[in-house]
Amino acid sequence: MPDVLAVPIEHQFDDATQQREAATMGMWLFIATEILLFGGMFLGYTAYRHAYPSAFAEASRHTLIAFGGTNTAVLLISSTVMAFAVRAASQNRRKLLGLLLFVTASLGVLFLVIKGLEYAHEINEHLLPGRAFHIDAADPQHAELFFYIYWLMTGVHALHVTIGVVLITFFAFRAWFRDAFRNHDTPIELLGLYWHFVDIVWVFLFPLIYMIDRHS
Amino acid sequence: MTTATLQAAPQPRPLTKPTYLADGKTIRSWLLTTDHKRIAILYMISITLFFFIGGAAATMMRLELLTPQGDLVTSETYNKLFTIHGVVMVWFFLIPSIPTVLGNFLVPLMIGARDVAFPKLNLASWYLFMAGGAFAVFSIITGGVDTGWTFYTPYSSTYANGHVIAMATGIFIAGFGSIATGLNFIVTIHKMRAPGLTWFRLPMFIWTIYTTSLILVLATPVLAITLTLMALERAFGVGIFNPAMGGDPLLFQHLFWFYSHPAVYIMILPGMGVVSELIPCFARKQMFGYRFVAYATVAIGVFGFLVWGHHMFVSSQSIYAGMIFSILSFAVSVPSAIKVFNWTATLYKGSIRFQTPMLYALGFVGLFTIGGLTGLFLACLAVDVHVHDTYFVIAHFHYIMVGGMVMGYLGGLHFWWPKITGRLYPERLAKLSAVTIFLGFNLTFFPQFILGYLGMPRRYPVYAPEFQVLNVFSTAGASILAVGYVLPLAYLLWSLRWGRVAGPNPWQATGLEWTTSSPPPTDNFEKTPIVTEGPYAYDAQAAEAELEAGHA
Repeated sequence: MPDVLAVPIEHQFDDATQQREAATMGMWLFIATEILLFGGMFLGYTAYRHAYPSAFAEASRHTLIAFGGTNTAVLLISSTVMAFAVRAASQNRRKLLGLLLFVTASLGVLFLVIKGLEYAHEINEHLLPGRAFHIDAADPQHAELFFYIYWLMTGVHALHVTIGVVLITFFAFRAWFRDAFRNHDTPIELLGLYWHFVDIVWVFLFPLIYMIDRHS
Repeated sequence: MTTATLQAAPQPRPLTKPTYLADGKTIRSWLLTTDHKRIAILYMISITLFFFIGGAAATMMRLELLTPQGDLVTSETYNKLFTIHGVVMVWFFLIPSIPTVLGNFLVPLMIGARDVAFPKLNLASWYLFMAGGAFAVFSIITGGVDTGWTFYTPYSSTYANGHVIAMATGIFIAGFGSIATGLNFIVTIHKMRAPGLTWFRLPMFIWTIYTTSLILVLATPVLAITLTLMALERAFGVGIFNPAMGGDPLLFQHLFWFYSHPAVYIMILPGMGVVSELIPCFARKQMFGYRFVAYATVAIGVFGFLVWGHHMFVSSQSIYAGMIFSILSFAVSVPSAIKVFNWTATLYKGSIRFQTPMLYALGFVGLFTIGGLTGLFLACLAVDVHVHDTYFVIAHFHYIMVGGMVMGYLGGLHFWWPKITGRLYPERLAKLSAVTIFLGFNLTFFPQFILGYLGMPRRYPVYAPEFQVLNVFSTAGASILAVGYVLPLAYLLWSLRWGRVAGPNPWQATGLEWTTSSPPPTDNFEKTPIVTEGPYAYDAQAAEAELEAGHA
């Protein structure tokens, strides 16, 4: 199998295995830092929801669960497509890899569009915290706090989606036109890890934001 | 005296490759280098610069405190001075000091690797650090910040004047540099060790850098998001921490100290690592209880994440939380004490040589012990209520950070200077400066324990007249300390050109870094070393016999 030798090995590594293991471990550590970055915000959410449960429940009902729900589906599907892309990369099927990455990126864009429409709706409804903020609730001050956290967490998440979309598009071009990942699928695997992480953050955000006491 | 025996080191093999210093002479070859050794030098120059910026602010403060009245600077300027001193010293000197300079230089050498796992990321860390530093300096030049290094809300987010956002941005960016460095070290230590170099054969320095890196990676992101929230609150009125908008300022303190307490261990563990290398070498003895010291290192890292609440005993934190945090803070002293006892036991029946690095190491042990024990006073709830926010706290953490970390950094710098530059520093002058620093340090900070106990609060330019005598002592000590810090800068630079050529192993130390030439070639080793034994294979009795033969 002469192709295996084609993997470029950087000078500090002894062999391809060491290089791959180092890169993979680096990515997992990076994800750990990301978890802690979001962790600070989740802690803030937890503290305030615990302190003001009824204000949070009331504010949560002003969110658009149809948009949030659709977006959850969009991201979950994109993650599935990404999983197929990683498999295509390991099988050296570069056109398929490129195609699947394009689909993943497009779903990411769709997510951002839906999120943008939702934001636009909320701005029109005066749900963007600030001077214009207005909400019909028993405790408007803490309902506003909910919306602070909502905008912040979904905003930081959307930033991560945007970075992901840019990276995936870039990798898709490299796969389609340059055949860049032949026998070298580690970058795709790590890109997949990142994308799944972004997806999972949303899976936690969705119920916390849209579904407080929705059963009643 | 001992220098005669030390010269008997094996002759350097003829070099086939240029040293890392000779491999490219242009500025471009330095600014675009991915060589961990060169990046270490870049960091060394940068943090030295920041050290003197932070030191200048401290000098102004000590001058102001010579007299009880506020006659040198206004209260507002004084606030800015201690903020600059805190921010610059914590984020731009202490946190990067040993990890990024000695760590970058030594981690690959000590584990027998050619470089760190991600050399480009390593260079990017330095650029992030410098970009963060640029924001901080911009903020200082254009008017400064008067919040203190802790940026407590709602003062920082609502009321403070000055460039809080620029300063926070600087720390935020530099923080990502720290994260990248920590990530790099963890992966390097996990994946790039030479054949035969098992975990329990690693030098203790590697253990401490490993634990430090874990803290950097897990704590710094929380600081990043906390400062972001603070800055958003300041810029756009996002009221997460503002009680006027339904937020809770205590949440800021929890998040801030969740980072900043572990960060305290970032500022001491690497110093412990250096001392753990120095003491066996200059006592010519195996480290006593190696495994326990390794476990203690990791234990300090783990406990470090669980004690942040002891900074908040007098905030409105629940008294039960305070009790738990108090107990856990006492628990940290156990692994710390294990280390001190093991260093002491390593000295016992050793063949001790009082060369400069050893002077720093011994100074470290004494000063760290004082700093650690006074930390127990502060961990005790009732005592903390009495001395909270007084000079007692200032003295306590300066004994750890300056008496500990700075002494460790300087000791390590002297110890590895021959490896880094290929030259020896002038021993007599170096000893003189080590002693000067030790005396100056104690004269500066010991009176502050008494001042704090008597009730002098921190962060005020004016104080009651009865405190003046002790403050004059402290300022006098600070000027001696300043001399002690300028001296090494002068003679280390001098030694670059006129120092004696060191040879590969001037201290006859063990460790892979001493098996290659000084300065090492770009790829570190001619061929990958194979490790067959644990660290610190010193023999005190043989060393003693050799010493006597030399004197006879």
